[in-house]
Amino acid sequence: MTPEETKAFEEKIHAFVGRENGPPKRGNDDVNEAMIRHWAEVMGDELGTYTDAEYAAGTGKGGLIAPPAMLQAWSMEGYPMAENPAQDIQRQLHNVFDAHGFTGVLGTNTSTEFFRDLKPGDQVTAHCIIDTISEQKATGRGIGYFIETLTTYTDQNGEEVGKQVFRVLKFIPADSNDAADSSTEDDSPSVPTRITSPRGHDNSWWWKACDEGKILIQRCTSCQTLRHPPRPMCGECQSIEWDSIESTLDGEVYSFTTLHYPKIPGYQYPNTVGVIQLSEGTRLVANIVDIDYETIKIGMKVKGSVEQVDEKTMLPVFRPE
Amino acid sequence: MPVSLKNEAAIAGIGQTAYTKHSGVSELALTCEAVSNCIDDAGIDPAEIDGLVTYTLDSSDEVEVARSVGLGDLTMYAKINYGGGAAVGLIQQAAMAVATGAAKNVVVYRGMNGRSGQRMGRGVSGDIISSDLIHWSWYMAYGMLTPVSWVTLIANKYMHEYGATSEDLAVVAMTQRQHALNNPAAAGYGKPMTLDDYMNSRLISEPLRLFDCCQETDGACALLITSTERARELKQKPAVIRAVTQASTQGQEQMTSFYRDDLLSLPEMELAARRVYEMSGLGPDDIDAACLYDAFTPEVIMQLESFGFCGRGEAKDFIKDGNLTLGGRLPNNTHGGLLSEAYIHGVNNIAEGVRLIRGQSCNQPQGVEHVLISSGVGVPTGAMILGSS
Repeated sequence: MTPEETKAFEEKIHAFVGRENGPPKRGNDDVNEAMIRHWAEVMGDELGTYTDAEYAAGTGKGGLIAPPAMLQAWSMEGYPMAENPAQDIQRQLHNVFDAHGFTGVLGTNTSTEFFRDLKPGDQVTAHCIIDTISEQKATGRGIGYFIETLTTYTDQNGEEVGKQVFRVLKFIPADSNDAADSSTEDDSPSVPTRITSPRGHDNSWWWKACDEGKILIQRCTSCQTLRHPPRPMCGECQSIEWDSIESTLDGEVYSFTTLHYPKIPGYQYPNTVGVIQLSEGTRLVANIVDIDYETIKIGMKVKGSVEQVDEKTMLPVFRPE
Repeated sequence: MPVSLKNEAAIAGIGQTAYTKHSGVSELALTCEAVSNCIDDAGIDPAEIDGLVTYTLDSSDEVEVARSVGLGDLTMYAKINYGGGAAVGLIQQAAMAVATGAAKNVVVYRGMNGRSGQRMGRGVSGDIISSDLIHWSWYMAYGMLTPVSWVTLIANKYMHEYGATSEDLAVVAMTQRQHALNNPAAAGYGKPMTLDDYMNSRLISEPLRLFDCCQETDGACALLITSTERARELKQKPAVIRAVTQASTQGQEQMTSFYRDDLLSLPEMELAARRVYEMSGLGPDDIDAACLYDAFTPEVIMQLESFGFCGRGEAKDFIKDGNLTLGGRLPNNTHGGLLSEAYIHGVNNIAEGVRLIRGQSCNQPQGVEHVLISSGVGVPTGAMILGSS
């Protein structure tokens, strides 16, 4: 956009500021015990004051209350909005952005204030306005504007019970050919990978060799003692000089366990991990694969190789010989 | 002459919160409640507390506790490393302070939202920030992320070598659950555990199951340490510290000491045993009850050998004879322990040791003169012997 076009665009969008998004929206349901109970169950937030009328009556609340975080839920549109979004003022504003290339949308943050507890029978009405639109900003997602809506919630007596500020970024998506941003363009979930091993001065050389397909064992150049895991000083002779040898990855199962729970994303379960006694004399913890884990025995001979186990991880793996 | 800590100090107060799965309050709030209860239990003025000790893992800093509870001027404060391995290390720090005059009345504490907040069992992740980050690099990529996974690599080797089975581990779990049935504060209160219950609990890190693992708890526990002389003037019968030590040995790693010559024993716990027996002048035969650290059942079995209650490889037979029960040779974790009472990183086990000396346990055996208590297993650890005055 030329400066003139930008100016005209900004005049258009700023004309929306202060406008009501639509008529006040009365919640489809009054505050009620069933919805409170469902919410408490799903959120795992089953405080007695939400779910146990008898208990709640004996507290300072004097009876059941709705979880404060449900405030927004009482006047939500529900599932139909997914297919038939309301053509309200906010939608019209977004259309102006879309028409000028600001097609990206990102909910960035929200803050809510609560003025009183809601109780079964309360009727909640939402009053939403376009509150502010920022200056143009350069963000990690691309050039864009932050739009804040302010929703005030009132009860059956017209008293305010809470308010919520919701902020979204409307932006021109950065070049989708740019690898750094490709993930924001791709709606398919990325496949989780294993946790990356933290690398520092004392171990990165080992992992770098692993990345290249080699498993090394640190060796003291003064007394020739092999050591694993690597350390900066030889515990035998206190030398800080060392080199390394490459392991043949011949070994046997010294101990092992098969992990079932918790299931961490990026790992396959059951997941067998062994302490492998290497023929060189040191031990290495690594996965044992391609075997029915119930047949693994301590003392079993295994042979290792370094393999790519996911999109970004090279690791030693062991199989029965 | 070096000062021996033998009989120099005593535990004169214990305090705790309710042990729950969802406290709904901050860890600092839990800690303040436990510290305050501890001070009340001892019958001492809060302004007299001049030392505080906790875990490096604890989120409630000493000055926050001091300010909140209204303690006096502090002349000693410290944090001890290595998770549950810190437990009796707190007492050692406090006893050293009392013996040297660094502080007169020291409260040690641990408060945690261990279920609703940060859960130990959920495991480490790539974003932990600590000096031993490099150490974890050898395990995380393979999926070794949880305490139970690390412990099992050693436990399975031991079980394989000595023929210990899941049924043996079940004895530990069921015995302590039996104890918890009499302890209203315990997670296991009112929840008996049969062998079927145990065997049907889900596999976590095979061969270990859910019921081989301790609780995850929201709660706090605090203890007051003062001179034995002062303790005698306070409200409760003192639990005198006969001996206390920390212990870490060659080849020690935090949870992953997989590279020692053999994995069939706990060298750091054997060091702790030698030290507390030597300092106290006592031996295994003098110990009437124990609170052996029990984050996982095999740890109890292996410690029985470390502390000389039976020979190497004999613990599975020792426990079969009912020796860990109330009528047995060594009633162990009479409150239910970490397995069935609560997981307050071992401080709640020390509190039970104090109750056993006072005669206040919910499962009080007759004639308890000396109680052995240990810190976390598989980490730099420690042990303590409490005696009646």
